[in-house]
Amino acid sequence: MASEAIELRAHLMRRVGVGATRGELEELANTPYEEIVERLLHPEEHPNPNEDLLDRYFPAVRSPDVPVTASSIWIFNLAHSGAPLREKMALFWHHVFATGWYKGEHGPTIIHQIEKFRENGLGDLRQILLDLSHDPSMLSWLDNCQNHAGDINENYGRELLELFSMGIGNYSEADIKAAARAFTGWTFEQPIPLYPTGGYDSEFVYRADDHDNDEKMFLGRTGNLNGEDIIDVIVQQEATARFLGRHLYNFFVADEQQVPAWSIEAPRDPEAIDELVASFMASDGNMTAVMRTLLNSKFFQNARFARIKSPAEFVGSAIKLANWPQEPDPAITTWSPAAAAMGQKLMDPPSVEGWHTGKEWLDGGTLSERVNFAVEQVMDTSKPGVQSIVARIAADGSAVEPEALVDQVLDLAGPVPASEETRRVLAEFASEEGLLTFDTDDARETSEARIGRMLQLVVSSPEYQFA
Amino acid sequence: MAQINGKDPVLVVVQLTGGLDFMNTLIPYTSQHYHDARPTVGIAADDVLPMNNTLGWHPAAGALKELYDAGNVAVVQGIGYENSNRSHFRAMDIWHTTEPLKVSTEGWLARVTRDLDPNTDNPLTAVSFGRGLPRALAAPGVTATSVGDLDHFGLMTKIEAEQERAQDLDIFKRMYTPSVGTGVVGDYLAQTGRDVLAGIDMLRDVPSQYSSSVEYASNPIANALRDVARVHTASLGSRVFYTQHAGYDYHALEPETHPRLLTELTQALSDFMADLREHNASEEVTVMVFSEFGRRIKDNGSGTDHGSGGGAYIIGDHVDGGLYSEYPSVKPEDWLYGEDLRHTIDFRGIYGTVLEQWMKMDPTQIVNGTFEQINPYKVTAA
Repeated sequence: MASEAIELRAHLMRRVGVGATRGELEELANTPYEEIVERLLHPEEHPNPNEDLLDRYFPAVRSPDVPVTASSIWIFNLAHSGAPLREKMALFWHHVFATGWYKGEHGPTIIHQIEKFRENGLGDLRQILLDLSHDPSMLSWLDNCQNHAGDINENYGRELLELFSMGIGNYSEADIKAAARAFTGWTFEQPIPLYPTGGYDSEFVYRADDHDNDEKMFLGRTGNLNGEDIIDVIVQQEATARFLGRHLYNFFVADEQQVPAWSIEAPRDPEAIDELVASFMASDGNMTAVMRTLLNSKFFQNARFARIKSPAEFVGSAIKLANWPQEPDPAITTWSPAAAAMGQKLMDPPSVEGWHTGKEWLDGGTLSERVNFAVEQVMDTSKPGVQSIVARIAADGSAVEPEALVDQVLDLAGPVPASEETRRVLAEFASEEGLLTFDTDDARETSEARIGRMLQLVVSSPEYQFA
Repeated sequence: MAQINGKDPVLVVVQLTGGLDFMNTLIPYTSQHYHDARPTVGIAADDVLPMNNTLGWHPAAGALKELYDAGNVAVVQGIGYENSNRSHFRAMDIWHTTEPLKVSTEGWLARVTRDLDPNTDNPLTAVSFGRGLPRALAAPGVTATSVGDLDHFGLMTKIEAEQERAQDLDIFKRMYTPSVGTGVVGDYLAQTGRDVLAGIDMLRDVPSQYSSSVEYASNPIANALRDVARVHTASLGSRVFYTQHAGYDYHALEPETHPRLLTELTQALSDFMADLREHNASEEVTVMVFSEFGRRIKDNGSGTDHGSGGGAYIIGDHVDGGLYSEYPSVKPEDWLYGEDLRHTIDFRGIYGTVLEQWMKMDPTQIVNGTFEQINPYKVTAA
């Protein structure tokens, strides 16, 4: 069975990505934990595999209408990138800054927004919020393009404070108005595209003649404030550190209550949030520093299986387990629709509040989609991930007891933390067919099928829903 | 609970995805403005199936015309809402959540389902055909069953060996047993797994029990409505059914696509009603057909672009057939933004009509307000 070193690394890789193969975990077991964390925090040293190849196979991703393809490739990279945390931080910011492409269908803007999150998701919050405030898909999504001097539209100003930084209760309605006024003139335009068909790309423009230059007061700061000034004030607030700390905790550590409850209900682990807040304040809101604190903390390392996988994580974990395809393949394009059927349509969240997480991912329809997807991924025993499990169980060629079959498949598929009940049910089933043997070709074929079937049952289990 | 001859009222919603061209379904064929605006996609006056002196059905909508002539169709003309949104997704969202101004996550039919079955006693109170739940049926704490393929419905559907699958389902059931110490999430997960199995159990024998002399065509909307008929006639307590028919976004090739879709849709609706009647299961059913928007008045040389002011259809034995609300004016001086049909009735009033007058529910909370209704039923359910 897996050692603590393997289990801890499996936990880390589930949270910073969608999990790792047993071979990858065994390699990581030779590296000290904090060194692995440090490597994860520097994704720039690890470009994604096959970027050029993916571009060639999916030229459509460069055209404006295909967030579906782009999100499928995103899931591919979550599973196979050498720098999974880059992809995972982009997913984190997408959860927090939930932007829906569908409202405006403004060309490829949402793909560009996610690209920014990938480039700078571990940077300073100040820069992240500045990029966000320049982002055409956000400016369209929250109507800042209709926020004019003398005729403000508060939508972006309000959500920047309520959903993207401080959380409700830490500012006044007057602050919202001041923030909205400061962002007047921040809009985008759509240059004529290169090709006659398809959507128009968009780019940020600042219209000085549409900016409100009168004096504003925002959280105690007074002057002819512009958007940059608002962001400067926001990133210095402890409320911002606290709100984002809770988001990070919910996304990386353990399922929290839904965001609207946060102004009323205390965090699940207040001391953990305090640690994250201290790290944020000490680093002037540097996300690499905050994530270093989080990943190295005891509260993170101990929070095994304390989260329900999001659909993107679930799809990613199942394809990582099957470990196929590792190269571009048309099968990839079905992944984003699969996650959508499970309740998470990437690049199209249901509202600016983002997705409700934790157990709210699960209903009868989405659970069926999850189980059916996972079973389908592993039912072909020739896939490399299944073959690797078969090879490990058959390694020394000797017969395997039914209970050992259950324990090994549970272990090699994760480890998956089976309850007593789940383990007993699986063991009873395995016992019906007795020992697994590998001494003849026929025996090996039968045993391979039994291992594959056991794997199907394991990915159908309630425990497999947790990350 | 108000019933119809001892049976609970049932609502079947048919969503036409992409934006049905209402103006080319019920055609103002005597208006020169219509013919001037639509040199390419317009239907010649000689080709329409006349309804009256000003309006006629598209020649491919003959099956719906027959239902209409029999008095079973209420046509809601000019359905829409203020500042109609031209994005498919956003527009569909507005129809699903009844919130034109803000982005909302609770679907109107999920609220209906919650009112009908507050304790989620029956996983089949609301059934949607197609993968994943439409937002109309999604809300926290509401159970609605989503059936991709009724003949292969449920879990482990890729496992073909029948015995193997039955065994897997049994193991699944035992793994999803609420047990001491798994906590709130574990209990919820176990219950959800068991609900899925309950739905599968209830639906398992539906295909084999159903027989009908009606032969549906083989296309997605015919298959979906046949599935509705199969589940409804099995009397499993379902009150809300949801189906979708896609492909109406004909910016190009509308003259080829629109008639094909209309033929599929109207024939499927006609077969569906005939099927229910054969099973003595039609009078408790009302069908509501809608689309997220109508299309631009002028064609673009090949098809039509996203517009507003569409049409909806309410179909059933108890419907007082005819035209409701007003056909939007096609005079150029009345065009909205100089290019669109103006809506003449708010869609939330039509939802309200069906909920209050057919389902005997209070629609105020469900559609978030009170909106003008029509009176499309001959005999109100009593």
